[in-house]
Amino acid sequence: MAESSVELRDVSKRHGDTLAVDRVSLVIRRGEFFAILGPSGSGKTTILRMLAGFESPDAGDILIDGRSVRGVPPNRRSVNLVFQTYALFPHLTVAGNIAFGLEMRRVPAAEIAARVAEALDMVRLQGKQDRLPAQLSGGEQQRVALARALVNRPAVLLLDEPLGALDQQLRMDMQVELKTIQERVGLTFICVTHHQEEALTMSDRVAVMRQGRLLQVGSPRDIYEAPQSAFVANFIGRSNSLTGRIETVNGLRCTLRAADLPAAALVAATCPAGAGIGSPATLMLRPERLHLSADVQVDGYDNMLPARVCKAIYNGSETQYLLALSDRLSWQVLVPNVGNGQKRFQPGESVFLRWRADDAVVMPE
Amino acid sequence: MSASVANLLFLYAPIVVLMVFSFNASRLSAGWQGLTLQWYRLLLEDEALRLAVQNSLVVAVVSTVVATGLGVCAAVGLERHPFRGREVVEGALLLPLVIPEIMMGVSLMLLFLLVNLPLGLITVTIGHAAFNVPIVLVIVRARLRKLDPSLEEAARDLGATSWQAFRGVTLPLLMPAVAGSVLLAFTISLDDFIVTFFTAGPGSTTLPLYVYSMVKSGVTPAINALSAILVLVSMALIGASLALQRR
Amino acid sequence: MNLEVLSPDRRVSVRAVLVPRRPGLLLLPALVWLGLFFFVPLALMLAISFAWRGTYGGVEWTLSLANYVNVLDPLYLKVFLRSVLLAAVTTAVCLVLGFPIAYYIARLPARRQGIWLLLVMIPFWTNFLVRTYAWIFILRTEGLVNTVLISLGLIGSPIDVLYTETAIVIGLVYGYLPFMILPLYAAVERLPPSLVEAAWDLYASRWAVLRRVIVPLTKPGLVAGCILVFIPSLGAFMTPDLMGGARTMMIGNLIQHEFLVARDWPFGSAISLVLMALVLLGLAIYLRVEGAGKRPATEWMSR
Repeated sequence: MAESSVELRDVSKRHGDTLAVDRVSLVIRRGEFFAILGPSGSGKTTILRMLAGFESPDAGDILIDGRSVRGVPPNRRSVNLVFQTYALFPHLTVAGNIAFGLEMRRVPAAEIAARVAEALDMVRLQGKQDRLPAQLSGGEQQRVALARALVNRPAVLLLDEPLGALDQQLRMDMQVELKTIQERVGLTFICVTHHQEEALTMSDRVAVMRQGRLLQVGSPRDIYEAPQSAFVANFIGRSNSLTGRIETVNGLRCTLRAADLPAAALVAATCPAGAGIGSPATLMLRPERLHLSADVQVDGYDNMLPARVCKAIYNGSETQYLLALSDRLSWQVLVPNVGNGQKRFQPGESVFLRWRADDAVVMPE
Repeated sequence: MSASVANLLFLYAPIVVLMVFSFNASRLSAGWQGLTLQWYRLLLEDEALRLAVQNSLVVAVVSTVVATGLGVCAAVGLERHPFRGREVVEGALLLPLVIPEIMMGVSLMLLFLLVNLPLGLITVTIGHAAFNVPIVLVIVRARLRKLDPSLEEAARDLGATSWQAFRGVTLPLLMPAVAGSVLLAFTISLDDFIVTFFTAGPGSTTLPLYVYSMVKSGVTPAINALSAILVLVSMALIGASLALQRR
Repeated sequence: MNLEVLSPDRRVSVRAVLVPRRPGLLLLPALVWLGLFFFVPLALMLAISFAWRGTYGGVEWTLSLANYVNVLDPLYLKVFLRSVLLAAVTTAVCLVLGFPIAYYIARLPARRQGIWLLLVMIPFWTNFLVRTYAWIFILRTEGLVNTVLISLGLIGSPIDVLYTETAIVIGLVYGYLPFMILPLYAAVERLPPSLVEAAWDLYASRWAVLRRVIVPLTKPGLVAGCILVFIPSLGAFMTPDLMGGARTMMIGNLIQHEFLVARDWPFGSAISLVLMALVLLGLAIYLRVEGAGKRPATEWMSR
């Protein structure tokens, strides 16, 4: 058996005038929870539909379990899709929906009954098997859609924005539940989403796409902490940025002179590969990696910049500060609300921002 | 796709063939013997045909006016004023649409004969108005249903009386549907054969009855010519009706 | 109508007509007209169907079931059976021809759907007589098909299609195909494409997708289309009159014959009412499938 569950080799797909998928190559491992993340129009849904067999690549090849699936129609692929709109058959009961795939493959009736019961159990819908989809809540419909796909034990399970139609609380519960179910059944899950939090919490690895191209593939941690492009840094989580030129390079370290800061301010950072003195670069910094203080303190942080508080927004678990570093540059900082007489800053107050050089990522332009 | 094209071919070929052969010089019609306009000329000189056209137009105009008046009022009554038993009344008003037309024709003939109303243009017109009422009703009502009732409520809220609201807001918005149904009713009346067949008398031959008698007495290229004209007239009328309804 | 020039009193009276206290007044004119010229004639027909034929035509008022018993005569029963059969075949042919095109149109981008629907409807707007005549012109012994086939040497002697049951079915299908396509289109258009994809994804073959998902979910449209084709086909008069022969008489021809040739009004009335009973039976089936009349059969007309 091949090590890879799904492999895309230089896959391209054109929709009219736009290149929906542009030379994408990707290897997805067996038993992995893989997320494809991107804004709408990034080509992620097209990839999903090509994996399911509803569309075929214009160029390149797709392998499932090591075999090319070119020309194989959806009903002959061991791939099942959980539709964004669930696409439950309105004329069939919950059990009828779940049994559909097994009936189509002529599984014996006794086995169908057993596997449907097992699937209902797994998505915690025992006792609802005789309901019609219209009689279920959104969350329940979602579970039926999941069970209907899982029950076939496909080589790959595809999920198209699986939690998109659910409300916030349900969405967070289902993220955990989906991950739990995936670990239990050990199937390869490929999930398409534009919701970065969903991608980070559920998946083993994430691929970020934009305008048909694959930008970065890696673990959620890699993607979040070491984004390789400004787009990835901004699309996943919030990010502060600073553009400038590299002033000095000293081994792994470099200094950056920012365009939007007073001339005296030099910022220390980790040197990006292939950067030379004078080359333009962008520094990206997560809001929660910044520290605020009222006075000048030098205690292990590599950088310190003065700023003025513009706005303080209390979010419950944390406080979000909007700061002006200069006339043209504003950043945000997230400070966890830990209590214990924590200092609160007011709009108008002068503060100092501090961070470690290796908490920032510098990207050459 | 190919099945759809084959379908379209099936739908269009007969009509196109008909029109093409209306220019055929051959009297025996099936073999092509060159272009001619003589069959159209023949129609122009046909006095009986001219009378039939005139009868058809009179019947169509009068029956359309009557049916439109009755149908529009009924549509407003059904849609804007809910009352108990509305479904039954609606069903009754729409029943003529589903009953075989021949029954309507025959039963009307019986009525007219039993009350000693001589069959002629009047009886034909009465029949046409009867089958056109539900058609006007359906179209106007569909439009009424699509209108946002809050428009009229907004007018009331702004101080209009219910009559002013209807006259100033609903009626203008309804006009395209009314105009569309007028054209449709007019066309259906012009084209009707069965009800006319049973309710017409001597001297009230309409265009379809005339075509029928021509077809019955044998195929001639003149029928092709007349058919070609009728095809174009019907299409123009219905096209206009659709354009109006869509607005 | 310029209301401003009317006197106040006059305006009140116009107002009273269109915004009456009793909304029934708006319905009254239409109800009276259809009452007098649709329901009264039907009632009259019902009454006459129990009467006897007068010596010189006309009616001799009695109360007898003789006319209905007469309908059961094998001679007439055969006409009924033939009509039902021809209407059923017409419906089936329309279904087979109409479903692919309805499905194709419903799956086109919305902008192109309108054009295709128009293309389907255009021939239908042509006078039915003219359309029937077109087929006579094509099918008759000296018609286009035979002329072309003989001149190509494909056949030696003309094929006689006209004046057969086949000709009637061709004429009826040509007449009523749009009645099938439009409700089917409306039903397929309401079917989310993702359901078809879901079935396909769940290992259903194309045939299984059709049988297990598309047909059950478009059933109201299927039934509506079948009813809309079956009813007028069953009561057809002109098509069998012009395209059929003496041995292919349908109910419509029988009715016409009894009223205008045999002048037996009571028997003609009885036949008509049996026809109406068959039609109402079809409608009852339709309403049952449609479920409490959620969508009236006439909805597509307003599209």
